[in-house]
Formats: sequence, structure tokens, C-alpha cells
Amino acid sequence: MSDLLAARSQMAMSLGFHIIFASIGIAMPLLMVIAEGMWLRTGNATYLKLAKRWAKGTAILFAVGAVSGTVLSFELGLLWPHFMEWAGPLIGMPFSLEGFAFFTEAIFLGIYLYGWERVGRRAHWFAGWMVALSGVLSGIFVVMANAWMNQPTGFDLVDGQPVNIDPVAAMFNPAAFQQTLHMTIAAFLATAFAVAAIHTALLRRDSESDFHRKAIAIALSVGLVAAILQPISGDISARFLADNQPAKLAALEAQWQTEAGASLTLGGIPDEESQTTRFGIEIPYGLSLLAHHDPDAEITGLDAIPADEQPPVAIVHIAFQIMVGIGFTLLGVGLWGAVLAWRRRELPTHPWFQRALMLCGPLGFIAIESGWVVTEVGRQPWVIYGILRTEDAVTDVPNLVVPFVSFTVLYIFLAIATAWLLYRQVVIEPREEERQTAPDTTGEPGYAGS
Amino acid sequence: MPAPETAVAGAMLIALIGYAVLGGADFGAGVWDLFASGPRRARQRRIISDAIGPIWEANHVWLILVIVILFTGFPRAFAVIMTALHIPVTLMLIGIVLRGTSFVFRAYDSPNDRVQRRWGRVFAISSTLTPVMLGLIVGGISSGKIEVDDGVVTSGWFNAWIDLFALAVGGYTLTLFAFLAAVFLTVEALDEPAVQDDFRRRALAAAVVLGVCALLVGALSVERAPELQDELLQSWWSWPLQGATALVALGALAALVTRRFFLARTLAVGQVALILLGWGLALNPYLVVDDVTIAEAAAPEITLQLLLGGLGAGALVLFPSLYYLFRVFKGQRAFILFDRRGEHRAPSTNADD
Repeated sequence: MSDLLAARSQMAMSLGFHIIFASIGIAMPLLMVIAEGMWLRTGNATYLKLAKRWAKGTAILFAVGAVSGTVLSFELGLLWPHFMEWAGPLIGMPFSLEGFAFFTEAIFLGIYLYGWERVGRRAHWFAGWMVALSGVLSGIFVVMANAWMNQPTGFDLVDGQPVNIDPVAAMFNPAAFQQTLHMTIAAFLATAFAVAAIHTALLRRDSESDFHRKAIAIALSVGLVAAILQPISGDISARFLADNQPAKLAALEAQWQTEAGASLTLGGIPDEESQTTRFGIEIPYGLSLLAHHDPDAEITGLDAIPADEQPPVAIVHIAFQIMVGIGFTLLGVGLWGAVLAWRRRELPTHPWFQRALMLCGPLGFIAIESGWVVTEVGRQPWVIYGILRTEDAVTDVPNLVVPFVSFTVLYIFLAIATAWLLYRQVVIEPREEERQTAPDTTGEPGYAGS
Repeated sequence: MPAPETAVAGAMLIALIGYAVLGGADFGAGVWDLFASGPRRARQRRIISDAIGPIWEANHVWLILVIVILFTGFPRAFAVIMTALHIPVTLMLIGIVLRGTSFVFRAYDSPNDRVQRRWGRVFAISSTLTPVMLGLIVGGISSGKIEVDDGVVTSGWFNAWIDLFALAVGGYTLTLFAFLAAVFLTVEALDEPAVQDDFRRRALAAAVVLGVCALLVGALSVERAPELQDELLQSWWSWPLQGATALVALGALAALVTRRFFLARTLAVGQVALILLGWGLALNPYLVVDDVTIAEAAAPEITLQLLLGGLGAGALVLFPSLYYLFRVFKGQRAFILFDRRGEHRAPSTNADD
């Protein structure tokens, strides 16, 4: 394994790991404050119990997200020192604001998790809102920095170096809006469907449980709103790419030739040797319509991009198909649930709907990983689009396969431990508790006196 | 007004002091989890985990702040440090990951079973090794052994930190954090005099070891970090600062002996701050002795000014929030600077909004 490949693999693995916990950290607080808000309004203790159960899971997942995020901020320098030397002054602004958003998040999460008995009800709810708000802001700031890598602005390029830099323009780069919007909605979409799926699985074992019904109602509502918004946000992204990052659009749509009235290829396996896509379904004028809202618009193909500036096509195209496919699947299941609920005036217990919803559990996160592959691999061979190549940004430190393997082993271990602990804490333990109906005497943080 | 790069470097030092005083104490608490012993072993561990539970994640963010200021304000120094010290930084990160996750896994796992005790071991051991790595990094950038030629690190990947001086700084950092934590824990254990006395004895022992480590670091720096040594001993500020540090350290010791625990805590915090201030002043004008200076590593002025603005605005949110956090979980006790009669109240468990 070359050092460049090892560095890229380590970064990909670290980000792929962190992005799941970060997304949950962005979305879970909203579900918690909705449940707690319902409790404050109705006085129904089931909502309080729900908020506390969710808080318990969030505490575990947030900690993993916090430390894996720390690793990433160091890895920027451990793996890509030449990139950071170049870009630090330009993208440091959103990162430093993210630092404070993260501070706020950690402080109020501490109050939320451990403060049930220490602050008043309103203050506690307010702490939850602060966590939700600062979590969303943290994500937005980080994605703004990533958007700059796709759309580097805020400087003049002189002899390969940035001069006359403008960090504010860099922060509010043209890609920032569409990327932050898409990622933020994705976090809510994936998390809400995963939560709904878990509670559906539990409801099937205990079909009278009011607790799980309420959980599904809240999660599915949030998930449906996100599922409806996400295609709109995706459309904004695609049109942006058509104008600003044609190489990435061409790769993710497997558009080999530049043409007017380009058709849209659904699925298929791109073959980079023969520059064709096999087994795909062609929709005439589809791509021109989507990218420019005009059936005759010209789409830049890969033939217009120099060979050494093309991203890998197959992986980007397939990842994109997975992401979009999942997006519409979640939208479909969400709408199905809404229709069932509207017709029967209660939460759907339709067995086929429940099975579908359970299958949706992991899908949102698979879509997030795929979308991230689309944007990161689709930018290759550049780390800063059109300016700095990934191979020129990597560290001079040798034997990078060693840290790559170390972090991979560590993260696999953490993933297993986290999954096992969540299973024990959120699924098994409460069931035993409910069976015994004994008061909680363990004095565990975040779970006192429910 | 100082030059913007000096102001940014100052802000970075303040963030580092914040990390040492708050985050460092959390690591030190993990050390005392490892060395929990005697009949009150379980109570010691309980007090440690109650003390750091609600606040460790916030305390950890100081490190993020340090690193963000470093790569925004001084990108070249960031690149050099992360390259020359790639290995100890990676080891420190593994320690940070294991410490944080094992602490939460332990807190949320079912109590009193074997798996939970294993997480406790992971927490204690990683809490102990991580500060040593941090010390190796600090020692590495202070020793002058990192060599940079035209932006490229030429001194190899081991030279700067596999070194007696760096190792001594590692031991010093660990002892400093352990000392600080033991002093903090005497206040946390205010309602349990026997446990309080356990931590008092640990604090005194740590103070003695800290003195030995300080002498060791000083002796080794003569040959192995001469530039730092010169600055520490021959600047205009040397004797006032060294004198103040010594006074505060002795004061903390005296306060522990006479059981003035609030005063001991105040002085221990002051001691850590003064030690880091001295280190920062001695490092100046370098960020990496003696190949990367603050001035030459600094980002363009517009970045520095925006960063300072961002730090100022962030501080307006951060400090009231931090005050609230500590007020909620530690009560008035968190803000008592010295011992007076009738102020040793437990934090209120009533709603106080």
C-alpha cells in the first residue's frame, strides 16, 4: 500500500466513522427536545421517559463522535500538512467558530444529561435546545470548510500560492449553501428513520406499548419532513455542480460525452476502459432537464476533462445511485406511513409497513456514506478543486499503513463496543426494568428518577 | 496593542492553560482511578467519576480550540509539529479516544459486572498514558531538536521525542495533572473527610514527585534544551516569574498541610498557569525551537484579525456557559477561592432557575 493510499484510506475511514456519530449528534437532540416539549405540554410521563431513554443513547454516541472528531482535526495535519499550510488561513474561520459551537454543545449536553434533578424544567428544556442548535451549527461550520475544498474562493492565485486572501469570502463560498443544507437534512433523515426503525422492531415485540408508538410518531414526523426536503436540496446541488464542478457531475451521472439533450442513466456499471455504462436505464433528456431544467441544455461530459483530472467514474456513479435510490425509498416509506396514519387516524401498525420501516433503519446512514463518497471521491484528483492535488498535500512521514491499520482496528473495536452497549442499554435493560417495575436505584447519570 | 500574531499566540497559550487546568485535571483524576487503593477504593472511584462526568466533554474542547488556533493562525507550525511529532501525536489521539469512550461506556454500562470493570481499567490506563504523550510533544517542540529546512522537516520522526528531556517533560506533565486532580478531588470529597484525606495524601505525594520531576527537567534542559533553559533563566522576567511560581507552589503545599483545601485549589491552578506562562515566554519568539518563529509561521494579517474577532465573540458565549455548567454541577463551591468558615456547603440539588 503506497503512503498516499494509506493516508487517503485513513482519512476516509476516520471520516466515514465520525460522520455517523456526528449526524446522530446533530439530529438526536431535536428528537429529545420534541419529546420533552410534549411532556411539558401534556404532562404525560411517557414523553419524559422517552426523552430520557433517547438521552441515554445520545450520551454514548456523542462521546464517540466527540473523540473521533478530535482525531480528525489532528489528522488534517498528521496526514495533509501541505494542504493545511496552504488552506489553514483560508478555512480556519469556520473551524474556529465550530470550536465554540462544539463548546456550547458539550456544555449544554452535560447539563441536559446530568442535570435532570439539578435545574428546573424550563432550564433543562432550554439546555436541550442549545444542544440541538449548536449541534446543527457545528455541522454547518465543518461542511462550510469542506465546501471550500470543492469551490475554493477568497484569494488570488499567484505562483501557486494564495494572496490577497479573504477568509469571509472563503467561508461563504458558492458551494457552502447547498452542501450544508444537504448534509444537515441528511443527518435528520438518517437518524429519524433509524430511530423509527428501532422502535418499530421493539413495538412488534410489545404491540401495546404506548412508549414505542409515541417514539415512532415523533421520529417518523421528523423523518418525513427531512425526506420531503432532501430531493429539493439535491436538485439545488445537482444544478450547482453542473455550473461549477462539471467533472464531478459527469462522473456521478457517468456522462462520457459532452452533449445537448443528455439522457439520465439510472443504475448501470460504468466501464472506464470502454467509456460506456452497461445495464443502465436511459431516460431521454433526463439529465439536461435535471441539471439545467431545460431538455436541450448541454452537459459537459468526461471527454471535456483532461484524463489526469478525471475522478474515478465507477465508484462515484454507483455511490450516487445508491444515495438517490435510498433518498426516494425513504420518501416513499415516509409518505406511505403518512397516508396510512391519515386514513386510520392512528399510527400505522400495518405489518408490511412495519417491515419496510425496519428495513429503512440503516439506509439513511448508507446514503450519507455514499453521498460523502460522491463529494470526496468526485473531487479527486484534487484536494482543493483545480488547485492542489491530493498527492501533493500528503505528509512526508513514511509507513502510513501503520497508523491506518491502528486506527482501523481501534474504530472497529469501538463500533462493536458501542453497538453492544446500546443494545444492552437501550433495548435489553429497559425491558427488564419494565418487567420488574422497580424504581431506578442505580443512580446512573441521565437516568435518575424516571 | 501587541502585534496580531502575538495576540493570537497569547490566546493559544490561554486555551492551553484552560486545557491543562480543566482537561488536565480530568486526566489526572483517571490516574487516581488507576491508583485507587485502601478500604475506600470504591468511594474514591465514585467521587472521581461523579466529579468529571458532566464536565469532561466541555473540558476536552479546550484542546480543539488550541489546535484550531494553531492551524488557522500558524499553519506552518501546525504542519511542522504534526509531521515531526506524527508518532507521539497519534499515540496521544489513541489515548484520548480510549479515555473518552471507556469513561462513557463504564458510566452507562450495567454496574458491578466484569465488563464494566474492564472499561474502568481502560479509562485509568489511557488517562495515565495520554498526558505523558502530551508531555513528549511539548518537550519535542521545546528542545530545539526539530529541524526544518525550507519548510521540510529534516530531523526524522523519532529524534525530537525519543529523548531523555522529552521523557522527563512527559513525566512532569503526568505528575502535574495528577497533583492538580488530587487537589481538586479534596474539594469534591468535602463531605467525606476520610476520602478527602486520601486525596490530600495523594496530592502531597504528587507534589513531592512533581518537585523531583521539575529538577530533572531543569537538569536535563542544560544540555538537551539549551535555548529554552537560557530563556527561562536569563530573561528580564525570569526571576520574578520563577519566584512567583515557587511561592505559589509552596503556598499550595502549605495549604494542603494545613487543610485549607479551597486555597490549595486556587494556588494549584495558579501554579499550573504560571508554569505554562513561563514555558510560553521562554518559547517566544519560537513556536518550534528554534526553526519556526511566531512571526514567520503567522497567517496573513486579515486571518489573524478575524480569528481574534472570532475568539472574542466566542468567549462571550463560552464563559457564561462555562460558568453556568460549573454552577449547576459544582454549586458555589466551584468559585470559592479560599477557605472561610461556613462556606463548605454541598452543591444544592434543588432546582435553581
